[in-house]
Amino acid sequence: MKSKAARTRGDLLLEMRGLRIEGQSSDAWQEIVHGVDLTLRRGEVLGLIGESGAGKSTIGIAGMGFARPGCRITGGSIVFDGIDLRKASAETLRRLRGSRIAYVAQSAAAAFNPAHRLIDQYAETAVLHGISSRGAAERDGRALFKRLRLPDPDRIGERYPHQVSGGQLQRAMVAMAMACRPDLIVFDEPTTALDVTTQIEVLAAIQSVVREFHTAAIYISHDLAVVAQMADRIMVLRHGNLVEEGTASRLIEAPQQDYTRRLLAVRGHRKDEAAPTVDAPVLEIRGVSASYGGGVKVLEDVSIKVGRGRTVAVVGESGSGKSTTARVITGLLPPLAGEVLFNGEVLPPACGKRSRDQLRHIQMIYQMPDVALNPRQRIRDIIGRPLTFYLGMTGKTRDTRVRELLHLIELDPDEYIDRFPGELSGGQKQRICIARALAAEPEVIICDEVTSALDQLVAEEILKLLQRLQNELGVTYLFITHDLATVKAIADEIVVMLRGRVVQQGGRQEVLTPPNHPYTDLLLSSVPEMQVGWLEALLADRAARKARGEAVMESADQ
Amino acid sequence: MSRSAIKFLKSAPWSARFGMAVILFYVTLAVFAPLIAPYGETAIVGPRFDLWGEAHIFGTDNLGRDMLTRLIFGARNTIGIAFITTCLAFAIGGLAGLLAAAVGGWVDQALVTLVNNMMGIPQLIFALLILTITGTSIPVLIVVIAVLDSTRVFRLSRAVAMNIAVMDFVEVARLRGEGLWWIVTREILPNAMPPLVAEFGLRFCFVFLFISALSFLGLGIQPPTADWGSMVRENASLITFGDITPLLPAGAIALLTVGVNFVVDWFLHKTSGLRDEK
Amino acid sequence: MSKIVKMVAQRLALGLLTLFTVSLIIFLGVQLLPGDLAQAILGQSATPETVAAFRRELGLDLPAYVRYFDWLGGMLQGDFGHSLANKREISELIGQRLLNTLFLAGVAAAIAVPLALILGIMAALYRNTLFDRAINVATLTSISFPEFFVAYILIMLLAIKMRWLPGISNISGEIDLAERLYRVVLPALTLTLVVVAHMMRMTRAAIINLLASPYIEMAMLKGVPRWRIITHHALPNALSPIINVVVINLAYLVVGVVVVEVVFVYPGLGQLLVDSVSKRDMPVVQASALIFAATYILLNLTADLLSILSNPRLLHPR
Repeated sequence: MKSKAARTRGDLLLEMRGLRIEGQSSDAWQEIVHGVDLTLRRGEVLGLIGESGAGKSTIGIAGMGFARPGCRITGGSIVFDGIDLRKASAETLRRLRGSRIAYVAQSAAAAFNPAHRLIDQYAETAVLHGISSRGAAERDGRALFKRLRLPDPDRIGERYPHQVSGGQLQRAMVAMAMACRPDLIVFDEPTTALDVTTQIEVLAAIQSVVREFHTAAIYISHDLAVVAQMADRIMVLRHGNLVEEGTASRLIEAPQQDYTRRLLAVRGHRKDEAAPTVDAPVLEIRGVSASYGGGVKVLEDVSIKVGRGRTVAVVGESGSGKSTTARVITGLLPPLAGEVLFNGEVLPPACGKRSRDQLRHIQMIYQMPDVALNPRQRIRDIIGRPLTFYLGMTGKTRDTRVRELLHLIELDPDEYIDRFPGELSGGQKQRICIARALAAEPEVIICDEVTSALDQLVAEEILKLLQRLQNELGVTYLFITHDLATVKAIADEIVVMLRGRVVQQGGRQEVLTPPNHPYTDLLLSSVPEMQVGWLEALLADRAARKARGEAVMESADQ
Repeated sequence: MSRSAIKFLKSAPWSARFGMAVILFYVTLAVFAPLIAPYGETAIVGPRFDLWGEAHIFGTDNLGRDMLTRLIFGARNTIGIAFITTCLAFAIGGLAGLLAAAVGGWVDQALVTLVNNMMGIPQLIFALLILTITGTSIPVLIVVIAVLDSTRVFRLSRAVAMNIAVMDFVEVARLRGEGLWWIVTREILPNAMPPLVAEFGLRFCFVFLFISALSFLGLGIQPPTADWGSMVRENASLITFGDITPLLPAGAIALLTVGVNFVVDWFLHKTSGLRDEK
Repeated sequence: MSKIVKMVAQRLALGLLTLFTVSLIIFLGVQLLPGDLAQAILGQSATPETVAAFRRELGLDLPAYVRYFDWLGGMLQGDFGHSLANKREISELIGQRLLNTLFLAGVAAAIAVPLALILGIMAALYRNTLFDRAINVATLTSISFPEFFVAYILIMLLAIKMRWLPGISNISGEIDLAERLYRVVLPALTLTLVVVAHMMRMTRAAIINLLASPYIEMAMLKGVPRWRIITHHALPNALSPIINVVVINLAYLVVGVVVVEVVFVYPGLGQLLVDSVSKRDMPVVQASALIFAATYILLNLTADLLSILSNPRLLHPR
C-alpha cells in the first residue's frame, strides 16, 4: 500500500488545458467540448454540473485519458501527476487506470459483469496491478463493504450482481473503485438512477470513504443540490464550455452568471395552494387492487379523490404502484377489485369498453415525449386526429383549431405545423403532447412523470406552462412523479404511496410539514437541498434520533 | 422529397451502387426479354452443346437451344416467379404478424404456435414433402413456397410490430379509442416499413435461391420453361469437360443475389442509424 | 437450482411436443393435400380396380389415425416400412446413407465452426478496418451464392483444372478413413464456404453487441489488459450467443447437405430424399423427412438448453 502521509493535500494532481473533444454524429465529426481548462488538487472534490449535452461526462472520463467510442480528444493537454495522458502509451494508461485513477459508473447493474461474483470483480484490480495478493484483496474488500455499511459484508461478495439491489450494487462499485486506494476517482452520475431515499445512502458512503482516504474526485451530476453536498469546488458547464467556476458555497450563495442563477432557481418555484373545492370529486378511485397477469398485487386497496380544477400529485419511489394507478384509471389495466368513478359515474374497467366521450374526458401525457409521438406523422395530424376523432372537426375548422392549440402551448404555428417530431427538441415534443391532450378538451389530464426525461430548465418551463393552462382552462391534473421538487412546485394535494398502498394523502401544506407518516418524513427529508452541508446535517440528525431510541425509517433498498 | 431521395442515393457506397446497377440490368432483361433475345425461348436452333461462337454467343444447350436466349428468358421466369412468391409470402406473413402483434392474446398465441410447429421442419424438406404429392406446376410451386416462407416473414413482422406496439404513441391511439385498422395501418405499419423493406430484399434472395435449388434438383420449374436452376442441371455434364457454360446461369443467380444483398446491407445500415429523420 | 431444472424440463417437453406435431404434419399433411397418392403413382391410365387394389396394398383404405399410429409405432421400433419403388426395407435403405450424411456434415462442421468463430471474433475486434470491410463484402457475396454454384466452381478449379481432388464423391465399398476423407473434401469444402459466411456474420454481430456493454468499458477503465477483457469479461457472456450461432448454422448445414449431395453424387440421405421425391416414393420421403426434421429440432433444442445452462442469471438465481 502506498504511503499517503507523504502526499499532502494541496499538490496539483490533474490538470487539463484547452481540452477539445469531438463526437461523431452521422458520419461527420463535430466538436462537443470547446477548450475547457480544469485543475484538481490532491484530496479535492470537484463537481462538474450541466444539462444534457454539456459534455460533463466526456470531460470527466477524459481525465482518465479515455474517450468513448464515437468520441476523440483532438486538442489540449491532460496531465495527471506529471504524466501527460495524451502522449502516454496504451500500457502506461492501462497501469494508471484502476490503480491510481478509478471510475464509478452511473448504472452499477450494467457496469458489473453479470458472469462474476462481486468479490472477484473487486479483487481483480488489486491483483492485476500487483498491489496485493488475492487473499489480502478479499479481506480488504470485506472490510470496505463493512465500512460502506453493506448488509452481511462478509458474504455479500460471494453474490452475483443480479442478486444484489441497485443501491447496494452502487456502493459495491464505490468499494471496487477504492480497491487500490487511487489518487483520483471519477464519479459519473452515480446516484441518478436511484430513488431519493437510496441516493442518501450512496452519497453518504461516497462522502465518508473519499474523506477518509483523502481521495481526490471528479463528481459529475446534473443535479446542483447533489453536487453541492459532495464537492469542494464546482464547474458549471454548458454546450461544452465552462460557464462559471467557484467553491461550492460561493457558487450557491453568490452565483455570477445568469445560467447558474437559473439552475439555482429551479427548485424555488412555488404555487399558491388553491382553496379546497366543495364540489363532488371529478375523478375518484375506490378500493382498487391490481396485479399484472394475476401475480403479486402491485396495488392494494387504493382510494384517491381528485377535486375539479385541482392538481393532485401521486408521489412514490420505484415499485410504489404510482404508474399502475394511472393504468387502472385509464383502463389499460382493469383492476382485480374496486372501481374508477368519473363525475360520480362508474367507468367500465377496460378502456375498450368505455364510450368515446368517457375516453375523451381523461387524457394522458407521458414521461418520454420521444416515444409518445408517432415519428411518421406531422404535428398537424398528431394534434388534428383527436379533433377529428372526438369532435368531428375537418378541413379548415380543424386546421384553425390546431393553430390555436399551438399558440396555446407557445409554439409558432407556421413554423411547426408541418414538422415531424424528429425535428423538435425534447421540450417542444412534450409541448406537442400537451396540445394533443388539450385537443380532446378533457376534464382530467394524467401527467405520468412528464418532466423526468427533460433537463431541469426545460422541465421548469413545462411545469409553468401546465400551471398557466390550468389557470386559463380549469383543467384537473393527476400528477404522477417521484420528484418531490415537482410536487412542491405544482401540487394542491399530495398522495404518498409505498409498495402499492397509499401511506398518506392530504393538502400540500399538511403533507409537507412534519411530523407525518414516517415514510413521508423519510421521503421528504431525503430530497437534497441547495445548501452546502445539508447532507451532513441530515445524517447527524438521523443518527441523533436513532441514538435517542426514536424509530427512524430506512430506505427499502438497504 | 425527390431531391432528398437523390441525395440519399448519392450517399450510397460503391457496393450499393453496384447492386442497384445489377438490379436495374436484370429488371430490364426480364421486362424486355422477347425484344432482346435473339431466338425464341424454346426454339431448337442448332446442334446440341454447340460451342461458343458468332451465331450462338454462349453456344447451345443439351437440346440445341440458344444459351443466351435461354439466359435472358430465364431472367424473366426465375425472377418473376420469385418476385410473385415473395409478394405473396409478405401478404400472408406480414399481415398475420402485424395482426398478431396488434391484437395479442389467444390470436397471437395460436399463430405463434402454428408457425413454430411449421418451422420445426426445415423449409427445403417441407417443400419436397409437399411437392411429392402436389406435383410441380408453377402456381403450386408459388403457393407452397410462399406459405412456407411466410412463417419467416411472420416472425420478423411480429417482432418489429411488437416493439412498436408497446410504444406510448400506440397506447395513446388505443386510449383515444381508435380501432384496430387505424392502429395497424396508421400507427404501426409506417414505422415498421424500413425493416420490412429490408426483409423483403433478403426474403426475395432466399426465395430466389430456394426456387433455383429446387429447379436444380429437378423438382422446381419444369422444362421447357427457361429457368436458371434447371439450366445448370441440364448442362451440368459439360463441367467434366472443363466447359464453363453451366456456370453462366449459376453465376447469373449469384450476381443478382449479391446485388440485392449489397443494397439491403446499405439500406439497413442507413435506416438503423437514422430512424428519426424523414 | 430448481428453476433451471424446471426450465430444462420445460424445453425438453416442448421439444418432444414439436417432434410429435411435426410427425403429425409429415404424416397427415400428406392426407390432407388434394390428389390421390395411388392414382398419382399409377398414372391417369390405371383402371379404378387397379387403383383400389393398390390403395389396399398401401393401406390407404384404413382410417388415417390407425395408419398414423401404425407408422409412428413402427418408427419407434426402427421399422420404417417398405419402399414403394423397390419394396426394400426403408430402415435398411436409410441406415448407411444416414451415416454418410452425418460424416459429411461432421467434416464440414469441423472445418467451418472454428474458422467462422475465429474470423468472426477478429472482424469484431478490428471492426471498421479494411480487414473487417473486406470480410463483410466477401461474406455478403458468398451468402448470395447458390450451393451448386460454389460446388461447380470448386469442381472446375480443384477437380478439373488442378486435378487435385475427385469431382465425384463415391464412397461406396470398402475404403479406409483417409481415402474416405479425401473423397469427401470437395463437398465438405462447399458446405463450409456456404455456412461459414452466415456463422461469421452472426458471431461478429454478437461480439460487437457484447463489446458495447458498460461492463466491458468498466473493465477497460479498471486497467484490465486487452486479452483478459476478451477471455475473462467478454467470453463468459458471449458463450450463449455464440452457441446459438453455431447450432443454428449446424441446423442450416443439415439442410444444405441435400443439394451438395446431389451435385457430388454422394450416397447420403439427401440424395435418397431427392430421388424418392422424383419417384413419388412416399414412405421413403416421409421417413427421411422425419429424420431431417428430428435432427433439426434436436439441434435447436440443444441451442436452447445450452444457452439456459450458460446464463449466470439462471445458474445463480436470487
